[in-house]
Formats: sequence, structure tokens, C-alpha cells
Amino acid sequence: MSNFDFSTTLGNAFFNTPVFTASGCASSGKELAQFFPLKDIGAVVTKSVMNKPRYGRPTPRMAETPSGMLNSIGLQGPGIEAFLAKDIPWLVEQNSRVIISIAGETVEEYATLARKVRSVPGISAIEVNISCPNVENRGLVFACDPDSSRRVIDGVRKTIGGEIPIIAKLSPDVTNLPSIAQGVVESGADALALINTVLGMVINLETMRPHLGGKTGGLSGPAIKPVAVRAIYQVHAAMPDVPILGMGGVSSGRDALELILAGASGVSVGTASFGNPHAVIEIQRELRELLIAKGFPTLKSAIGYAHREASE
Amino acid sequence: MSQINRGAAHLNATVLANKRVGQYHQIVLGIGDLVKSCRPGNFVAIKVGGESSRMILRRAFAISRVAESASFGGTMELIVAPHGSGSKWLCSQSEGSEVDIVAPLGTAFGIPTSPVNALLVGGGYGSAPLFGLAEVLKARGCKVDMLLGASTGAKIYAPMEGKRAVNSLKIFTEDGSMGELGRVTEPIKVLIDQKSVDVIYSCGPMGMLRAISELTDDTDVVHQCAVEEAMACGIGICMTCVLPVKDDSGAISMLRSCIDGPVMDGSQVQWHLVGQVPEANL
Repeated sequence: MSNFDFSTTLGNAFFNTPVFTASGCASSGKELAQFFPLKDIGAVVTKSVMNKPRYGRPTPRMAETPSGMLNSIGLQGPGIEAFLAKDIPWLVEQNSRVIISIAGETVEEYATLARKVRSVPGISAIEVNISCPNVENRGLVFACDPDSSRRVIDGVRKTIGGEIPIIAKLSPDVTNLPSIAQGVVESGADALALINTVLGMVINLETMRPHLGGKTGGLSGPAIKPVAVRAIYQVHAAMPDVPILGMGGVSSGRDALELILAGASGVSVGTASFGNPHAVIEIQRELRELLIAKGFPTLKSAIGYAHREASE
Repeated sequence: MSQINRGAAHLNATVLANKRVGQYHQIVLGIGDLVKSCRPGNFVAIKVGGESSRMILRRAFAISRVAESASFGGTMELIVAPHGSGSKWLCSQSEGSEVDIVAPLGTAFGIPTSPVNALLVGGGYGSAPLFGLAEVLKARGCKVDMLLGASTGAKIYAPMEGKRAVNSLKIFTEDGSMGELGRVTEPIKVLIDQKSVDVIYSCGPMGMLRAISELTDDTDVVHQCAVEEAMACGIGICMTCVLPVKDDSGAISMLRSCIDGPVMDGSQVQWHLVGQVPEANL
């Protein structure tokens, strides 16, 4: 049991375990470190950072929904300089594997961010978040447009070279997800993060207006897990060799296993950490036990197992 | 600053008592040695709804007071208004049941090192953490006066044993059904003008906290208020509970009320910007 191989890879990055935090759901790791050692999980994926400091969207920023929640944070953050100076050295000191998530308003901003991240020691991969739903202009959601998604990833790839793997984070709010995925992979993405939140809205019955300050928000939590499983399954079927970091409503080891069987090489835990600060480490333990109980010799042998032929 | 409460732990607590007090429930949880980390102003985040619940987020409650006794060990008392589905679930938990808690969270009320004239102002069940605070202040030799306000008398939370912890207690209701008719903020201006108060501690609706801050602006009176913002996590990772707060250099930041609060300096909260995004450059 102790020699079970739980490791995974995303591009050329190696991880001891396949369970990560999800960007935007662990800040920069410090808070969760009070509940478990960050080095014990696969990696910390930091909150998407932009080039400049940013206030984000007005409150209310949150609404609980049946088995889920809407958020409209709007990428509040310290900006890349302060983030790299303060947050990253601390994470590296914890011996945590780190994936930096970046977000920009223009193709150039992504390239600038990539250039600043490129030379940082101790980074396992870069997540390029082209799918944050909480931006002023929905036209800025690059991942909703095949051409814009390609241009962002192309710009980041040219800046980064082959040094660290690029993970493109995509939105499920598109008609043809495999074609968007295909585009970013052709532009140089080494892996895909699926899925970002699903755009939603809640009307407040007291005010009889949209409840969130930003009106719309991103739906997360168990409510969107079937959307994530579908998205991962579709993209893995189209491109079985492209590693996927799966996320969307995972709150147990069973949920994580579903995403792995659909084709994910790793799983990020997001909203579940809000309800349970130990969620990431508990889900990791449960997933490992489940894989062993199901008879898989390695984690890798379970990736995409739901796609096998009926006779197998 | 910007650090999670170092005492915060995640554990199961036993419901030792749950009784109705007027419109509220007084709930006592057994938390063992965790009481040693709890300070007046801290809060607890509780998982609600049971295993198969569709409610995925914790609910935050101010810790009313903590105690240690030979028979029950360390205990934590909460005053809960059964309004939403989460608080109703908590109020329906019977003695002996277990609840999943994360505590203590957030900042605490600052306690003066030398005796001062303290005024404690509570709105509705916002008075709950003030009784525990009053005991601590009295032990430090402070003069402790308390003002409680609510829309109607049934929403005043003022237990008998709490009254013994203060030098004076005045109650105000907007319908005059208990105490004096009017708002709790009305007598504060007089007390400030008379220079009979050094520090105001407040807990209650944001409108009340803002009104007190406006009264203490341009005075020497310190206003420590416990703010109330919708939270998803309570531990600083979701960024939903932010408030615009000005620091000593004059820069405004969106601070998390779960980590940099709930107790904040009322003179630094930018009340007029709550619910907006500051225009100024960062």
C-alpha cells in the first residue's frame, strides 16, 4: 500500500500527489498552512495575479446557492511585484510546489506577467487564467473566443520558452470547448485547467435587484461538478495526450476520482476549502485510498479510465 | 496584520446547552482548551445542515463569552437568531449533538492597559459579545457603561447575569416597547461632549457602526467596532468579506473582515465606500 505511485505530471512538471488547491480558493497558501503542511499536497495554485494592484469588484461579492455559491471578487490582488516579493518566497520556504496563476486584461499584460514569473526560482508551472468571469467586459473573457485564447497563449509561450509548463485555464461557458482547447494547445499550452466557474446570477428578493455588486458572478461548488466531468471527458476524448488539471465542485475523494476517470491528470480543490479548511488534505487521502481499493496500481493508470472500450 | 488568528483550530464541539431566550437561542458548546485562545470580539465558523446538506458554506457567529468549569471544561456561548436556514439548523441542534467548528477567528477588541471609561454599544443581538467584553474590562478596573438598542423590545438581548458586569445599562427601542424611545446613537453625542467616555466598543448593524464613527470623528474617543460582512470561508481565502479601510499612510485597501476584522478601528473604515470600489489609485 505504501508503494502506491500517486505521482502525476503536467507537461514537464512532476508532482508527488495529484491534489492541488484551486486558484482563487487558497489565496497564497498562508491561511491554509495553519491547518495542514502545504508540502503534503500536490501543489498550491495561487490566486490569479494581475500586473497592477487591483481592488476587485464591490460587495456583496458572495451568494450561497443550492449546493454551490456565486462569487464576484473580480481579481482583487496586490499586483505581480508585491506578490513575487512577499508571497512566493514564503511558499517556496514551506517546500510547497507552486503554480502561479496569472490574469491580464490584454494579450500584452499576459506576456509581461509571464516574463516576470519566468525567472522566479521554485515555480513548477504557470496557470494562464483566460477565463475569469468577473471582468467588467464579458468581451474580455479570452477563453470564450478561439482567436483571443490562441493569441494570449501564443504571447505567453514566446515569452516563457520551454522552461516551465503552461496550463491554460478555460471556461465551460462556450459552445465548443474541444475546439478552444485544441487552439490553445496548438499555440503552446502544455496542459489545460478545466473548468473555471460558470457564469450565474442571483436576484435578491428584498431589493428585487441582482444581489451581487458585480451583478453576475461565477458559480462554483458541487452544483457544477457534472459540468466539470463533462468538460474533462469531452476534451480528453479529443486530445488524450494533453494533461488536464481538473476542477469544479470536488468535495470528496469520490468526486476527485470521477474527474480522474474522465481524463484529469490532477485535481484542484476550490470551494470545498471554504466549508472545510482541511478539504484538500482529506480529499487527497480519500482519493489515494479509493484508487488502491479499486485496484489501480498507479494514479496514472486511472487517468481517463472511463474512456476505455466497452469490452475492456 | 493579515494573518489568520494563530489560535484557530478545526474541531468537533458538543452542544452542552441550547435554550430559547426571547427571540434568540443561547447555545453553549464544549470546546476544551480552545477557550484559552478565545478573546472578546473573536468569532466562530460553524458547518451547518449536516452531511447531505445543500448549504456548503460555514456560518459565522460572534463568540458571546467563554468560560471554564470543573464539570464542563472549556465552554463557548453563542447567541443565535434563527433567521436563515443555517442559523435555524443550529438552533435545532439538541444537547449532546456535535457541531463542526473553526475557532477562534478574527481580531479581538483591544483591552486598555490602564483603567478607562468604556462605553459598550450593542444593536440587536450584537450585544452578545459585549457582555464577555464587559467582564474583561471590569477586571481591568474600567468603568463600563452599556447602551443597547433594537427596533423593538423583543430583539433586545440583555441577560440578567450580564447586567451585573456593567456600571450602567440603558436600553433604547425604536417603537418604545422597552427602555427609552429612540435610537441607541442619540445619547452617545452627549457622553462624548461631556468627555465622560474614552473608548467606545460597538457591535451591531453596519448603519449603527457608521453612525457612531461619525460621532467620534474629530474627537479623542477611540471607536472599536465589530463589523458584519457576508463571508464564505471565515479564514481569509475567499476574499468576499472585504471592506475599504484607510491605513496610517492614507492608502485605502479592501481588507478582509474575517482576518483584519471583525474588530476594526471605526475611524479607518471608509463607511461611505462600503459596497463600492475606491476610485483612487492603489
